[in-house]
Amino acid sequence: MPELSCHASMMTTSKGTSPRQDLTKGFWRENPVLIHLLGLCPTLAVTNSVANSIVMGIATFFVLVSSSLFVSTVRRWVPNEIRIATYILIIATFVTVAEFALQALVPDIYKALGPFVALIVVNCIILGRQEAFAGKNPAGRSVLDAVGMGGGFMIALLIMGSVREVLGSGTFLGVSLFGPRYEPWVIFVLPPGGFFTLAFVLLTIAWWKERQAARVKAAEPHGLAAAERAA
Amino acid sequence: MNDGDATRVTAEVPAPAQEPAEVSASRLLATLGLGGAVAGVLLVIAFGVTLPKIEANRAHARHLAVQEVLKAPERYDTLYLVNGALTKKVPDGTDPKKLEQVYLGYGANGRPVGFAVVAAEPGFQDTIRLIFGYDLKTKQLLGMKVLESKETPGLGDKIEKDPAFVAQFAGAEAPLVGVKKGKRAKPTEVDMITGATISSRTVIRTINNALVRLGPALDAYQAEK
Repeated sequence: MPELSCHASMMTTSKGTSPRQDLTKGFWRENPVLIHLLGLCPTLAVTNSVANSIVMGIATFFVLVSSSLFVSTVRRWVPNEIRIATYILIIATFVTVAEFALQALVPDIYKALGPFVALIVVNCIILGRQEAFAGKNPAGRSVLDAVGMGGGFMIALLIMGSVREVLGSGTFLGVSLFGPRYEPWVIFVLPPGGFFTLAFVLLTIAWWKERQAARVKAAEPHGLAAAERAA
Repeated sequence: MNDGDATRVTAEVPAPAQEPAEVSASRLLATLGLGGAVAGVLLVIAFGVTLPKIEANRAHARHLAVQEVLKAPERYDTLYLVNGALTKKVPDGTDPKKLEQVYLGYGANGRPVGFAVVAAEPGFQDTIRLIFGYDLKTKQLLGMKVLESKETPGLGDKIEKDPAFVAQFAGAEAPLVGVKKGKRAKPTEVDMITGATISSRTVIRTINNALVRLGPALDAYQAEK
């Protein structure tokens, strides 16, 4: 899985952003999945139900926030040559902790997630945030950034999981929506359904962004301030 | 003035002369070694904290499964397979967790209602592990429950999620024969799932093989009683 081959350069660095922006940019404008297209492997693999999406989102969120806090705290003492190895060590530790916790708290969902909990280690979003943000910024801002990005990942998983479970099983969080006469559109809980759903979600976002850009362009004659607000 | 679109790639300014002073190998080793040690301690703590809960979860899941496939017996004994024979007592010096286990359920009148047997065989994606209840006298199954499977969601996982498929094992007679859906006529026959032929066949084969393998031991234990 090409998770590790991400480019840290795709992510903006912290220069000239406010703490609020650190937090909120990950939710939507720089959403790691929907805009940066990172971490697609778990996004496609575990979103066949809402419950799985939520638990996967929480696990990744926990790993991301803890790793960012840790990395930004110890960054002064970590020699540059081994920083990636140290990041991976820290990330892998928190993933294993998360694995134990899931096994203890939600054994059924842990079973359903299969190998994808352990694979959080190679989730590109996490290493990417360490390299692009936590390794260069103080702890407080790194945690804000991680909360934003982890939240963004959760939002993306939730969108995918809701569409796929409603169409593919006719349920939401296991509650039947359409009654027993509904014949589930099974392909949406199968792997191809993941690709279809992701494609439609990305298409919608691209369309929305294009429309916004057009609106900004239309507003331009009225002054730069309007354009900036829309952006 | 440089307040452009934040999503655009910002040109990476090379870090200003952060002197690449030679870092000694021993410093690298020490850093990683220390990191590894801290990580190890954290993991040991997390493992220790969660282990009792994880084991309790497993035991609870197994207890529920036994209850289900034996149709809620009054009580049940855990029997261990030692040298091809079933025994209630584990010989000294053996770890009971490493022995194969069979559960014998008793009804309200104190008479045995049947054995619950755990068995596993390779399915379509991965090993399918299941538990089934079996009444030795009538040669009938009491129930079947899939414990572990990674079968295709929506197709193969019907072996555990399709109530019609699961229900027909209660009362079916061993050895089982899989037939095309809707063709079930005899008590030994089981309707297979359309689109999940390999998975349903594995369930049937697992039960048959387990009974062939463990049948003599079950017979012997029942006769002893």
